[in-house]
Amino acid sequence: MIGLWRLLLHLLPASLREAHGAEMTAMLRHDLGRARGAGALVVFVTASVDLVWNAAVAHVEATALDLRDVWRSARRAPGFATSVVVVTAIGVGAATAAFSLADHVLLRPLPFAAPEALVKLWQDQTSRGYSRMELSPGNFEDWRAQSSAFQSMSAYAAGSANAMTPAGPLRLDTAQVSTTLFDTLGVRAALGRTLLAADDAAVATPPVVLSDHVWRSTFAASPGVLGTTVSLNGTAHVVVGVMPAWFEFPTRDVDLWLPLRFVPDDLTDRANVYLRVVARLRPGVTIAQARADLNVVAAGLARTFPEANAQTGATVVALRDEVPRQSRTMLLALAGASVAVLLIACANLASLFLARSVARQRELAVRLAMGARPRRLARQVLTESLALAAAGGGLGAVLAIAIVPAAAALVPTALPVAEAPEADLRMLGLAALATLATGFGFGLVPAWRIARAAGGALRHGARVFGTRGTERLRGLFVASEVAATVVLLVTVGLFLKALWQVQEIDPGFDPRGVVTARTTLPLPTYEAVAARGRFYQQVLDEVRATPGVESAAYTSFLPMVMGGGIWPVLLPGTTVPEDARAASVRFVTPGYFATMRVPLLRGRDVADTDRQDAQYVAIVSRSFAELYWPGQDPLGRHFSTALQERMVVGVVGDVRVRGLERESEPQVYLPAPQVPDGGLAFYMPKDLVVRVSTSPASIVPAVRAAVMRADPQQPLSDVQLMTDVVERQMASRSTQLSVLAAFAGVALLLALVGIHSLLAYVVAARTQEIGVRMALGATRGQVLGLVARRAAWLAAFGVAAGVVVAYATSRSVQALLVGISAADAGTYLAAVTAAVVTTLLGSAWPAWRATQVDPVAAMRAE
Amino acid sequence: MDTFVPDDSTTASLLPLPPATFHILLAVADQDRHGYAIIHEVAARTDGAMTLSAGTLYRSIQRMVELDLIEETAERPAPDLDDERRRYYRITAFGREVARAEAQRLQTLVRIARTCGLAPRTA
Repeated sequence: MIGLWRLLLHLLPASLREAHGAEMTAMLRHDLGRARGAGALVVFVTASVDLVWNAAVAHVEATALDLRDVWRSARRAPGFATSVVVVTAIGVGAATAAFSLADHVLLRPLPFAAPEALVKLWQDQTSRGYSRMELSPGNFEDWRAQSSAFQSMSAYAAGSANAMTPAGPLRLDTAQVSTTLFDTLGVRAALGRTLLAADDAAVATPPVVLSDHVWRSTFAASPGVLGTTVSLNGTAHVVVGVMPAWFEFPTRDVDLWLPLRFVPDDLTDRANVYLRVVARLRPGVTIAQARADLNVVAAGLARTFPEANAQTGATVVALRDEVPRQSRTMLLALAGASVAVLLIACANLASLFLARSVARQRELAVRLAMGARPRRLARQVLTESLALAAAGGGLGAVLAIAIVPAAAALVPTALPVAEAPEADLRMLGLAALATLATGFGFGLVPAWRIARAAGGALRHGARVFGTRGTERLRGLFVASEVAATVVLLVTVGLFLKALWQVQEIDPGFDPRGVVTARTTLPLPTYEAVAARGRFYQQVLDEVRATPGVESAAYTSFLPMVMGGGIWPVLLPGTTVPEDARAASVRFVTPGYFATMRVPLLRGRDVADTDRQDAQYVAIVSRSFAELYWPGQDPLGRHFSTALQERMVVGVVGDVRVRGLERESEPQVYLPAPQVPDGGLAFYMPKDLVVRVSTSPASIVPAVRAAVMRADPQQPLSDVQLMTDVVERQMASRSTQLSVLAAFAGVALLLALVGIHSLLAYVVAARTQEIGVRMALGATRGQVLGLVARRAAWLAAFGVAAGVVVAYATSRSVQALLVGISAADAGTYLAAVTAAVVTTLLGSAWPAWRATQVDPVAAMRAE
Repeated sequence: MDTFVPDDSTTASLLPLPPATFHILLAVADQDRHGYAIIHEVAARTDGAMTLSAGTLYRSIQRMVELDLIEETAERPAPDLDDERRRYYRITAFGREVARAEAQRLQTLVRIARTCGLAPRTA
């Protein structure tokens, strides 16, 4: 029993145990000796409970005492406490925000049942450069029927619909989905039901499931919405359910879900690839096994339908991994940058604390002389650092919660997760972890040094902190701050150059002064080309007549908004490899090139005379002409695409259809009327482009009125400036850059503070030495040199290490640098210069102070 | 002695005293005592109403030493009565002042209670 008691004694604070442990044990022995039988057990248990309770109280009391000391010393030196709290807040805030984003995008499981079994399926046509191609309905049905690796497989396609709602005509984003989709994902409706297998049957009023935000914004969150009908593209649909707010599949902007239906024609055209597929693996099946299984199915289909399916395999990826490689790299870079900031913060704080411990040398010595134990003092120093870290950490968590939504542009839209992580326990846990790391990071070193200075030496007036040793240690901290700063500056410089590079890319059109809006005409009302033509003509006539409008036109899709819409090009006898025979096809009305300022290089624009009954013609881009007829006149040449043979009547400049940073297929523009009635509905012109000479916003009401007069049921959506479309191409880059720049700015500032405080400390600690030197004839210049040499060494070490690490870091983010070399000399030079200037700035004041030392006063103090 | 004596531990800031602290002060007011003796003395003075546990006793002693209310004394009793593990404590001048102030505080309380008819007229 006494052995157990001695163990329990260790629960007491060391000082209490050492002072009174033996007596307490003696007392227990005495009481046990007087007890009889079971009484002894009662005595022991009572004493043990008492011991545990009092140990807890003693710890709380000691901590309270320490905290009171912290509070007192914070009031005595508010500058110190404030800088510790602020620096910690910045470090913790940055780290928490960056890691929350990375966690949200890369690590956190998706909000579906057993998400690890969910996979995305693609057609693999690597030979043609596409490892992730959508599926055709026919292939999807065959994959689903013939593979055995999946519990369920569901397809979906994005679309949009004109809805007549209580809030007026609205353009809504839809997802047409296999009725099995909700089962595949394992989600239930928040209200009513999801789609069921029975919904596959064709009925007069098909079902529709609403998203939470449409339910709230358009249907006033009324539970009575179930069973009501809503008109979508002129067809009544019955509302059967409302999904929960968190359900954002396949994308964040989907407004409603409709059953995906195929007509027999859909199933025969295997070149018509537009379905995305999500599937749930059977229990125990791995992704590799699923891929092998699908590849067997695909090989069979390739034999049966060689024309569309030759050399087509299957790609299977975990749904969780549907993060573009660039987003992944970027987030990791951010996490790295935040770690750098956190480390700089820690180094800075450790340096601050070390300096402060030296300043408190006398106080520490007095305490030790009065019998305080080094361990207790160390505990106090650690309590102080942890308490200040906790204050800073709390502030940092608030900072992180504020920062995260601003960085939401870094969350890829391809992932069915919310735009930004919400502040939750996980995020706060991260903040707490970062705080703890910081608190220990900067508290442990000084505490360790005190604890190591076991009594003796210090009591006799020696110092805990040898000035030289402390200087060396702080010098190391400061040099590493400089190094980390160089790394961040180089990274920011490279990203800035990359952004400039992207900004310099010519989109192929002039977005300035162009307003766009969308009118997606519903079928079957507008199935006939003539009906559509009347609508376009009326709207365009009215818009063109509006004061301030220079020109206006319609196109199938805006460049950069829609990158797809690719058709194979058929040209007998061509030597162009089959894989390259594809074009980005758009139907346009006359005036499109003038409005977008796409240069017309040869021939003519589409004209009103290019009717359904006239010669089918095409305007091609320069790259198209050069690909098929190099060195020859393309005008008058014939080729087939989009179901018809066409004759080239004009050549225009190339446009970056797929985006500023991507290669685009050569472009083909076709007159809007030259398509059979009911054909190619997907390509029906829907985007209106208007070039204005006045304020773009001012003509929007006129456009809206024109559409209203042409068709009162027709909603107008997606009103935006073409410049915004182009800028959005750079949005994630700009966000990345501003976040990194903020990190680098903070790092620079922290390094400045670190260098300054170290040198100020060095000068203060060596005042006497400097005084003696000056008395012995040292000039001001020599004294200045003393401080400057010190600063130069710090800068040299820091910069050298920084450049090496920066190069390694930049190599790892090379993918994001659009061809800028990771060893870009200019960037390194700029970063190094900034770091050196910072060092000089940080050393200026201490150096000046050193030259102002009065030799007489300094030596008198000696 | 473990902590720097806080500079604001004035008499007033320590009042009211925890009962255990006050009893310990009273127990060492007339003579130096060791821990076990303090427990006995307190129990005897209160007719067993207050029995300090070993944990409470030593935690209180530790804190009282830190606050300079009592101090450990180097004077030991005659060797045949002594046990070398024992530590003896004595009240300090500051401790005496605090104890007096606490007694005064209690006296004032009793006087108020008396005017309200809640305490007998004679002590």
